[in-house]
Amino acid sequence: MSKLIALKCKECGREFEVGALHVCEFCFGPLEAAYDYDFIRSRVSRQKIEHGPRSLWRYVDLLPVERGLDPDFPVGFTPLQRATRLGDELGLDRLYLKNDSVNPTFSFKDRVVAVAVSKAHELGYDTFACASTGNLASAVAAAGARAGMDTFVFLPSDVEAGKIVNAAIYGANIVAIDGTYDQLNRLCSEIADEREWAFCNINVRPYYSEGSKTLAFETVEQLGWRTPDHVVVPIASGSLYTKITKGFRELVEVGLIDSQSVRISGAQADGCGPVAEAYERESDLVRPVQQPETVAKSLAIGNPADGRYSLAIARETDGTIASVSDEEIVEGIKLLASTEGIFTETAGGVTVAVLKKLAEAGRISEDELTVAYITGNGLKTQEALDGKLSVSMTIKPTYTAFERAFENQRELALV
Amino acid sequence: MASVRIPAQLRNLTGGDRVLDLQGSTVSELIANLESKHPGFKERLLDAEGEPSSFVGIYVDGEDVRFLSGLDTEITSDSEVSIVPAASGG
Repeated sequence: MSKLIALKCKECGREFEVGALHVCEFCFGPLEAAYDYDFIRSRVSRQKIEHGPRSLWRYVDLLPVERGLDPDFPVGFTPLQRATRLGDELGLDRLYLKNDSVNPTFSFKDRVVAVAVSKAHELGYDTFACASTGNLASAVAAAGARAGMDTFVFLPSDVEAGKIVNAAIYGANIVAIDGTYDQLNRLCSEIADEREWAFCNINVRPYYSEGSKTLAFETVEQLGWRTPDHVVVPIASGSLYTKITKGFRELVEVGLIDSQSVRISGAQADGCGPVAEAYERESDLVRPVQQPETVAKSLAIGNPADGRYSLAIARETDGTIASVSDEEIVEGIKLLASTEGIFTETAGGVTVAVLKKLAEAGRISEDELTVAYITGNGLKTQEALDGKLSVSMTIKPTYTAFERAFENQRELALV
Repeated sequence: MASVRIPAQLRNLTGGDRVLDLQGSTVSELIANLESKHPGFKERLLDAEGEPSSFVGIYVDGEDVRFLSGLDTEITSDSEVSIVPAASGG
């Protein structure tokens, strides 16, 4: 008897034995973890979860691994904080932020990687690898280092300097590719076919991606076992977006909540917004973007694997998928920091800017209990703010100098 | 002859061969030749309308044929062609 029964093709429904595979060999559809929900229902309770570890492992009964490989690494169970000042600014009375920038390597990717490294270990791998737009690289490098595994991370060569440092420091082999994320992702698929490596987002993707469900589980538990009315989630491949949705649905499935009707909205950048573009066109066809051009590099996936599924969810749940410009993204980062004291990376800027856009357009109403997912830390993408912030005054170390400069500045401010 | 890299999921059609050398001056001709040697490829690679399936990418020298000329994309004897499942990444 086991909770995880098979890997099931999302397209044709064929089932495959649990192992290191991610696509259906008949139709190439993506495989997804399929569970025995009756079995899980008999195992879980709110009380058991509440007495579990203060990490994502409190939800291990709903994850596709037997146990967490590294339960002492403090991944997940991040703060859900009320955002009164940002809410006032946007006209939203019940706004919350799920701040996932406080994970060990400062992004939500530690969640998916915690599940992936556990599964890779279960399946007997000793090399851990990924194709990354930046955040995944550091999460893989850190988890691999702690597990004593060899790690290989593949990144586009134009990624932010902070993202390289944040992966290299853990001793990972860093492979920079002169090309887009989609090109390096394709290369990694070919490497995964030839080497006995666990590639997080390739051959162990069906397990890896399940880690994102914990963002939905935590949100519901932290709200006192109720679902939000509306959530705003950034979209790169669409995996996070679809798995947060799966998380809300599974809580009903296993009896932890009675029902849910969360509206799921998605956020992209104009410079790489193929899912938002298809949503706007009212089409199911996601047109790939060949050359993404946006400051939000962690969302720069031109050919999103879960784009079509994301569109279906947005329509089913009365959500919206929208995109914003680079200027709006930078304003979003500044707005979040200046109202709520959270410095987020560009993807968080995208989320806040889309939240603002949807609130202004009336797509989120002021009394909806809304949660925005802040998925990464701003120190990783400082380039986006180059030349946009400055020192208020530079003075000699004397009191007179300060008084003079302070008065001058105040006069200037009054003009 | 162009070399074609076969993904793990389709190697059961090629008797385990990873790379095949095939004739063809376009992607379309290459797929036809692949099908005649190893039946089963066409239905996996093309959709009901005969267009490349959205679940699989066909790449010529690292470029997605959707950004080139699709099935009409030209192939030379030096071309490296890859067939790669689309459901990965993120």
